[in-house]
Amino acid sequence: MDKNCQSNYKLSKNEKKLLRKQIKARHTLLRHEGIETVFYATQSLVVANGGLGNGVSRNQLFPVLEKCGLVDALLMPPNKPYSFVRYTTIEESKKAYDTLNGEEIVDDLGQKIILYLSFVEKAQWKELELQALPPGLMVIEEIISSDDEKMLLESVNWTEDTDNQNFQKSLKHRRVKHFGYEFHYENNNVDKDKPLPGGLPDICDSILEKWLKEGFIKHKPDQLTVNQYEPGHGIPAHIDTHSAFEDEIISLSLGSEIVMDFKHPDGITVPVMLPCRSLLVMTGESRYLWTHGITPRKFDTVQASRGHKSGIITGDVEDLTLNKRGIRTSFTFRKVRQTPCNCSYPLVCDSQMKATSPSFPENDKEASQLEQEYVHRVYEEIAGHFSSTRHTPWPHIVAFLKDLPSGSLVADIGCGNGKYLGINKELHMIGCDHSQNLVDICRERQYQAIVCDALSVPIRSGSCDACLSIAVIHHFATAERRVAALQELVRLLRPGGKALIYVWAMEQEYKKKKSKYLRENRISQGKKKEISSHTPVEELLVKHMPEVGNQDAACSVPSNNDFQEGGNSRKVTNSKLPIHTNRTSFHSQDLLVPWHLKGNPGKDKAVEPLCGPLGSHDSGPVLHRYYHVFCEGELEAACQTLSNVSILQSYYDQGNWCVILQKV
Amino acid sequence: MKLLTHNLLSSHVRGVGTRGFPLRLQATEVRINPVEFNPDFVARMIPKVEWAALLEAADTLHLVEVPKEPIQGYEHDETFLRKMHHVLLEVDVLEGTLQCPESGRLFPISRGIPNMLLTDEETKT
Repeated sequence: MDKNCQSNYKLSKNEKKLLRKQIKARHTLLRHEGIETVFYATQSLVVANGGLGNGVSRNQLFPVLEKCGLVDALLMPPNKPYSFVRYTTIEESKKAYDTLNGEEIVDDLGQKIILYLSFVEKAQWKELELQALPPGLMVIEEIISSDDEKMLLESVNWTEDTDNQNFQKSLKHRRVKHFGYEFHYENNNVDKDKPLPGGLPDICDSILEKWLKEGFIKHKPDQLTVNQYEPGHGIPAHIDTHSAFEDEIISLSLGSEIVMDFKHPDGITVPVMLPCRSLLVMTGESRYLWTHGITPRKFDTVQASRGHKSGIITGDVEDLTLNKRGIRTSFTFRKVRQTPCNCSYPLVCDSQMKATSPSFPENDKEASQLEQEYVHRVYEEIAGHFSSTRHTPWPHIVAFLKDLPSGSLVADIGCGNGKYLGINKELHMIGCDHSQNLVDICRERQYQAIVCDALSVPIRSGSCDACLSIAVIHHFATAERRVAALQELVRLLRPGGKALIYVWAMEQEYKKKKSKYLRENRISQGKKKEISSHTPVEELLVKHMPEVGNQDAACSVPSNNDFQEGGNSRKVTNSKLPIHTNRTSFHSQDLLVPWHLKGNPGKDKAVEPLCGPLGSHDSGPVLHRYYHVFCEGELEAACQTLSNVSILQSYYDQGNWCVILQKV
Repeated sequence: MKLLTHNLLSSHVRGVGTRGFPLRLQATEVRINPVEFNPDFVARMIPKVEWAALLEAADTLHLVEVPKEPIQGYEHDETFLRKMHHVLLEVDVLEGTLQCPESGRLFPISRGIPNMLLTDEETKT
């Protein structure tokens, strides 16, 4: 929108042009943001182009709006190219509409911006939950004096060349210098046997001793990385390699404040303001599980109110503005680890991963062992929690069951918690699952269920009028085993009997539509909130920051290096299975999908967010389930190898490939 | 486990094939669970039942009044259908075993759930 509007700003004085632009802005707001504008006057206006995402700060926009009357509220959602203004009377908002449409203002970078205003009945955005700092994270303000800051900054000599003992590099997005040990970006680790001569600068020593004495830190660091970020620089999201450094990692911000983004593997992002002369202390979960990074940009969205220095940037739209970045120099102190890491986050721990991460199976026996460890054992363990998240039957599967004639015998192979066993009371359904705990849940619900293996189902051949195989075949680790599981379904069917098969799709975006799996990425954090123009505005969702490349991450998550590109992983042998990031697209067909086990399996998922999003992260362990996600056409191709069947139907349903087979 | 379910189960131990049916039932705890009578549903089950297997299972549970075979016009015979309704759907085996008639392998039934898992050795062909 802003692009369209800016490109022709010279012509915008023309009234006709202005009107056209205004209409265009209205359409864009409706189409991309779902903001409905109205043609009659209300107290509230949406100001297209006058947004934080457009480089317009609160201090610039507010005086412009105030010229037309008393501003009741100015709501500036982060990263959006628009804002909402509410005047105390309709007369005032009408005046603003008449006089400010087409008004030219200059943004923080000196660019001209033209405002387009439209009346709105309601302001709409997503609500951000009450957020807390990542567990184990602390920001201590004003930990050093301005004099010490100046001294530290002057101690770093950026003009030295790379022959110098203290290794210096100019990375793509920042300048960096190492002391104590050199940090190798190739393997994101330090050479523990080769400390750099000179150790840490003397000037740091007394400061560190002081922090130790005052209890801000528990261990004395022996490695220092100095980074210098100019406005527009950043550092990709990363976790410092577990095996390289001890628990406590601290970072001193000098020269200028900056917003650092902390991200949980579930997708929750917490932006944290690091003021000038503050010390960031990362321990425990915030050090081991959360990634941290700095988005490369010239402005940060920050709290406008004074007295709000460090800590989380909340989504309070009445209190957000832009903050121009200055040159920030960080002193990051770490203690080199001499023994393997034994943290409780094996998912992201390189020390523990080497020992535990399974390889792609090369034969039937390995495949069976993989399934035993990474499918059967996991379901057994997560059964209660898993079941509490599986209560809504999928409509197409319900329709299939409801269409079956009364008195049909139906086997649900891989029935889980039995959510399909009671859909149609006119059927006799038998649930089968490998997990005793899941079958127990079926039995508690008064369903017929047995414990068995989908490759060897103890039901007589030709006895079933229909079979279900929902989200099962993708757990078999070789193509042969997947076909064998399909063939076993067909064996159970009588001639004319039908089987409905669902498998998870590699394509989580199909026909330009994202699957529910991807879409739920943000829903878990923000529920859509709608307010009328009279309701006070409180919070909104912080938009996902664009990810920056992983190439020069100071120390990236080691598992990421194992990711395979492209879809055909069958060619890959002897390789570790990649670990998937939940609610993202798949990068490999064969992979491990993390399950974050929650402590209280009976807890209702729907009410959980109200207790705060972070409460759920510090609990249970992470377990990995093996999946082979299917490419388009792959399930059909597998079915075509079966004897005595015809494919009645094949379709895509919410991130799954689906087939209905009929035995001939 | 209802007897209708038992009627569909078969041993899947390697190599037993069709001789794995019917599984020999031994029960140490049986409960009668009242189920709403649906004559149409029961009538549709009759042709699907393996009668000999049903009689054998009913016999081990000492059930009386089990029809020896489907009778003419059973679809409209409420007395017959009610008896079949009871034996197929209301008798629930909670504890006991199922035994493969060919290999002798025993499968436990616990809290109404048969556990039919085999070791890799028992399934490999």
